[in-house]
Amino acid sequence: MLKMEEVCKSYQHRGQVVKALDGATVEIPKGDFVSIVGPSGSGKSTLLLMLGGMLSPSSGRVLLGDDSIYDLTADGRARLRKENIGFVFQTFNLVPYLTALENVQIPMFLAGMDDPSQEEKATALLERVGLGDRRDHKPTELSVGQQQRVALARMLANDPAVILADEPTGNLDPETADQVIGFFEEFNEEGRTIVMVTHDPKAAERAKNTLKLSNGKIVSNGSTRRKPRHVA
Amino acid sequence: MKLRTLVWRELFERKSQMLTCFLAILLGITTVVAIKNVTHYSEMAVAREMDSLGANVLVLPKSATLQDYYSADMQEDTIPEEYVMRLTMSDIQGVDNLSPKLCVPVDLEGKQFALTGILPKSEFQAKAAWGGAGIFSRPIGCGAIDTGVDSKPEDKSTLVRKRVIKDLGSHEILVGPDVATFLDLKEGDSLTLLGEPFSVVAVLPETGTIDDSRIFAHLHTVQRLSGKGAVVNCIEIVGCCEEISAGLVGNVNKLLPDAKVVTVRQVVATQQNVNHMMGRLSVIFLAIIVIVGGAGIANYMYANVFERRREIGTLMALGAESGLVLRIFLLKAALLGLVGGIGGFVIGTTLAVTLGPKLAGVPVLPMPMLALWAVGISAGITLVASYFPARRAARLDPVATFQEV
Repeated sequence: MLKMEEVCKSYQHRGQVVKALDGATVEIPKGDFVSIVGPSGSGKSTLLLMLGGMLSPSSGRVLLGDDSIYDLTADGRARLRKENIGFVFQTFNLVPYLTALENVQIPMFLAGMDDPSQEEKATALLERVGLGDRRDHKPTELSVGQQQRVALARMLANDPAVILADEPTGNLDPETADQVIGFFEEFNEEGRTIVMVTHDPKAAERAKNTLKLSNGKIVSNGSTRRKPRHVA
Repeated sequence: MKLRTLVWRELFERKSQMLTCFLAILLGITTVVAIKNVTHYSEMAVAREMDSLGANVLVLPKSATLQDYYSADMQEDTIPEEYVMRLTMSDIQGVDNLSPKLCVPVDLEGKQFALTGILPKSEFQAKAAWGGAGIFSRPIGCGAIDTGVDSKPEDKSTLVRKRVIKDLGSHEILVGPDVATFLDLKEGDSLTLLGEPFSVVAVLPETGTIDDSRIFAHLHTVQRLSGKGAVVNCIEIVGCCEEISAGLVGNVNKLLPDAKVVTVRQVVATQQNVNHMMGRLSVIFLAIIVIVGGAGIANYMYANVFERRREIGTLMALGAESGLVLRIFLLKAALLGLVGGIGGFVIGTTLAVTLGPKLAGVPVLPMPMLALWAVGISAGITLVASYFPARRAARLDPVATFQEV
């Protein structure tokens, strides 16, 4: 379970205090699929980063299971991400000089897996996202949709219990975006918890629950009417 | 995927930057290796030339002065010849050559010359070797190494340069040019001295010193003819200047407490000055390379960290710990340093061996020890210069991976 308790985050900007997140309290049960929506600058990404142990709150606590994430050291949080959390980025963040296969191998390399096992698992993951024939392509040799699918395969590499996605469909055409959300639904059905920041109402609707943020505050927290999974 | 795959692939991702940085290391190490190699052999050549300056340590009787020595050591006081054996059998470091001398005046056609008895090196060297110990049981030559180039065969005239002669018969003499001119002597002539006939085996080249008026004969012959017994006026020592600084004179003094041991300061100072100048030149070049090269590498690494901050942040988001990020950059630095060091050694040595003889006028041979030195310096500079950029990378805020914060 992911939990935030009265979390605030404020920045100093030209002598002015800016509240990016203001007293956020939220509980995300295991296996949930939550979309976070709200206008730009409302604190969506701040909230996601905090859940991922990458941005410490000014006050309050963030818990993953029973662990208070920010009571851990920076390296401790890195280990926690490696073992429990998979990130998906809007701009994919693939390493440009590595092939698709090698990009997928990165989390396994970080986890200390041996080379043949890395390669075997990465190949299977690329096949799962429909890129078995693109394993030796570099990111620049792939379309944006294919790049995001490589990023999804990389995210799955260490079998994370929690998936945090920041605008995963933001750079994609509607058809590819639909395909990516379809993958998220599939991962959620496997029991993974998904938290997804999105501007896309169609994508947000596909989640089980929606958190709406405005000016750093959670203004609504409710269930979404689940639409049937898109079949191409 | 391994750490080295990650580092290796990234190296070739930014080829032009990597090549610029690599060339800086390579050229730096090439320059230092070439200079060190040529300097080393130049120092050796200078050291050999310095031998021609003559003895730099003198063992004299207590009452004698340096002035007596320069006026052909005609002083009455003597020291026992046995001191030569004490010196040769001792374990004193830094004695390159020994030359015991006994001078007696001889009148030839109304003009006085100095008949100087010298002991051929073969005699005391053989005794020392027979004893199985002593200064000549070790390699000597003040570090003057074998360059692999054949030296000129030693003839009797080398006495002028080296202060020592290898062999000399009991009735053989070498005459200085003033004596030869005055008496019209040439090689193969004979001359009667103190009632005994001697054959001239060589006419020595002109030196402009008192040696030009000397007649050199075997020490034991001069001792017998002068009736002075087994004594000498002085023992000239060609000492290695580094060892003189390290206390050679004190050690000889301890060994021969009844004699006076003096340093010919000008000779030693000249030798030391030349060596120190060469050494300083090498150090100055090394310092320039370290500063310029190190700054260049640090600059490249800082730029590299800046360019890769998104990639580093992504790795951190995926679970990379700070130690791994540090290792990624330091491994890259070590690789550049290693290859730059090896390449610099090979090119620097090639340049030194091919151009050194033309530029410095001395034969230059490869110095394998410089390979370790080059790799050590190169890897050291790259690692030290990259440490702070690498630490900055390891401390990057992973939030930088997200465009929107």
